[in-house]
Amino acid sequence: MSRYLDKEIFTAPKSKPTRDAFGLATAAMGEKDDRVVVFTADVSGSVRADWFAAKFPERFYNMGISEQNMVAAAVGMSLEGFIPYVSTFGVFLTGRCYDQVRMLVSYSKTNVKLVATHTGITVGEDGVSHQMIEDVSLMHVIPNMRVIVPCDTREAIRALTAIKDIDGPFYVRLGRQNTPLVTSEEAPFELGKALMLQDGDDVTVIANGILVYEALLAARNLAEENISVRVLNMHTVKPLDHDALLSAAHETGAFVTAEEHLCAGGLGSVVANWSCTHFPVPVEMIGMKDQYGQSGPADQLLDHYHLRSPDIVNAVRNVLKRKKTV
Amino acid sequence: MCTPDKKTLHMLKEKARLIRVSCVQMIHKAKSGHVGGSLGLSDIFASLFFKILNHDPSNPKWEGRDRFVLSNGHVVPVLYAAMAYSGYFPVEELMTLREFGSRLQGHPSRTNLPGIEISTGSLGQGLGVAVGMALAARQKNQDHRIYCSIGDGESQEGSIWEAALSAGHYKLDNLTVFMDRNFIQIDGNTEDINALEPVADKWKAFNWHVIEANGNDFVEIFKAFDQAKSLKGKPAIILFRTRLGFPVSFMDGVSKWHGTAPKDEEAQKALDEIEAFYQSGE
Repeated sequence: MSRYLDKEIFTAPKSKPTRDAFGLATAAMGEKDDRVVVFTADVSGSVRADWFAAKFPERFYNMGISEQNMVAAAVGMSLEGFIPYVSTFGVFLTGRCYDQVRMLVSYSKTNVKLVATHTGITVGEDGVSHQMIEDVSLMHVIPNMRVIVPCDTREAIRALTAIKDIDGPFYVRLGRQNTPLVTSEEAPFELGKALMLQDGDDVTVIANGILVYEALLAARNLAEENISVRVLNMHTVKPLDHDALLSAAHETGAFVTAEEHLCAGGLGSVVANWSCTHFPVPVEMIGMKDQYGQSGPADQLLDHYHLRSPDIVNAVRNVLKRKKTV
Repeated sequence: MCTPDKKTLHMLKEKARLIRVSCVQMIHKAKSGHVGGSLGLSDIFASLFFKILNHDPSNPKWEGRDRFVLSNGHVVPVLYAAMAYSGYFPVEELMTLREFGSRLQGHPSRTNLPGIEISTGSLGQGLGVAVGMALAARQKNQDHRIYCSIGDGESQEGSIWEAALSAGHYKLDNLTVFMDRNFIQIDGNTEDINALEPVADKWKAFNWHVIEANGNDFVEIFKAFDQAKSLKGKPAIILFRTRLGFPVSFMDGVSKWHGTAPKDEEAQKALDEIEAFYQSGE
């Protein structure tokens, strides 16, 4: 078992929402660096910005229900040397503010860290209006933007901390619901460097976000059938880790992607695009197909939309059949 | 500084003339661009860049500078001309407007030209950035001012009012905004298309100081900026009544000239009229 995995991940996994990382990381960074400021739009409790606000009220800006102005004002502060961490729900941050992100953040290359806390179908009962499944598509196509989808709270803290010292625009995708702590305390985070959580040589499952855990479960089940699965935690969608993909394509010859997001424009598309242009291998995708979610408990939705380890197992079987015919 | 003396007035008139001539020439050469608003704003921009702004064109990153944000980015020719004549870059470079490889992009680009604080051109966004700059100055106890230019048509964007609400909330008295109130947007008169009046009342209701002034009169321009600077406890907006295309007779108040480049004959006629206006000593 990789030392990058939490020791109890397969026996007694501990869970935390990745959104907690926003409060924990910003509050910790705020101690050491007074350039760190936090912006939110009337959702300070939900995004855990209140954890920062409790310690640094003078560096906390609640802009009210005005997301576009929140992004613009954060840009203004970044131009004056502050490092704004800007957080609200994914749908508002990337959808409603798309033009502000395009013009003021990415085109203008400003040092703004956009962090969405409520993304994907696991937002659950609130339904489609709050279940953002297009955000990675929208953000990764923008020039200059970097996109990170951490798999657990620990990785999210590492990512949020790392990007403070990397100048320029970032989008970090967090989630609302409890998510197993997959990675160990000693796991590294390097921007654009995939984390191999399990080696294997028959097929590579490339996952991010909450699907990393499902990928690991799938790999364990497949091991019992003597199918050797490599699991790559592709936390950085952009810049993409070309080296890890090249090795995986060369050494395993088949890919399954897994994400809690539309396959269109998401990790699936990004990996397929890479494969077509660099090293063609068969690719199967686990993710949301061309459809919205609906209200319901997160677990039930993950089952319904086939975002579970048995779905990954099926995808692996399918991709292996295609691999043989290539 | 309240009333400019005779010498200053003479200097400003000359700068405004140069800015107007360049606006017509560069937009004519580029064959596209927004000439009407640029001409109408020339007196305000001459006043800002040659007298009102505390800035150092040789050091656009100087920490103590007043910040200037052009939220109505389409009138960037007037900004480029004011920047060039005040020393940010060579005047000859003005004629590269909108050309391939030019630093003078069709709308202002922060990463291309030093002195542009933020890239704009998508309306309604610059004011929010100015709000952030004003918050930053307050946080750092800095005493420079933040100036922001907005259009009247631009104020049909909801994001202008989001920014207006927050500037009022934070009582940003280090922020001076001015609106180019020429009543013209691309498709016609603002009041026919999506009425803004009573616009002064709207800003007052958002907890702003509102100053109304003639934007083509140096004495009024100076008085308005002076007043805006002295008012405390709230942000200030100057509603500058301007004449689109001024002083070119065939452009004056004609919406066609919001975003149309003059053809050869039109450009010559415009330049002749500008020269005649300044020679008449009006």
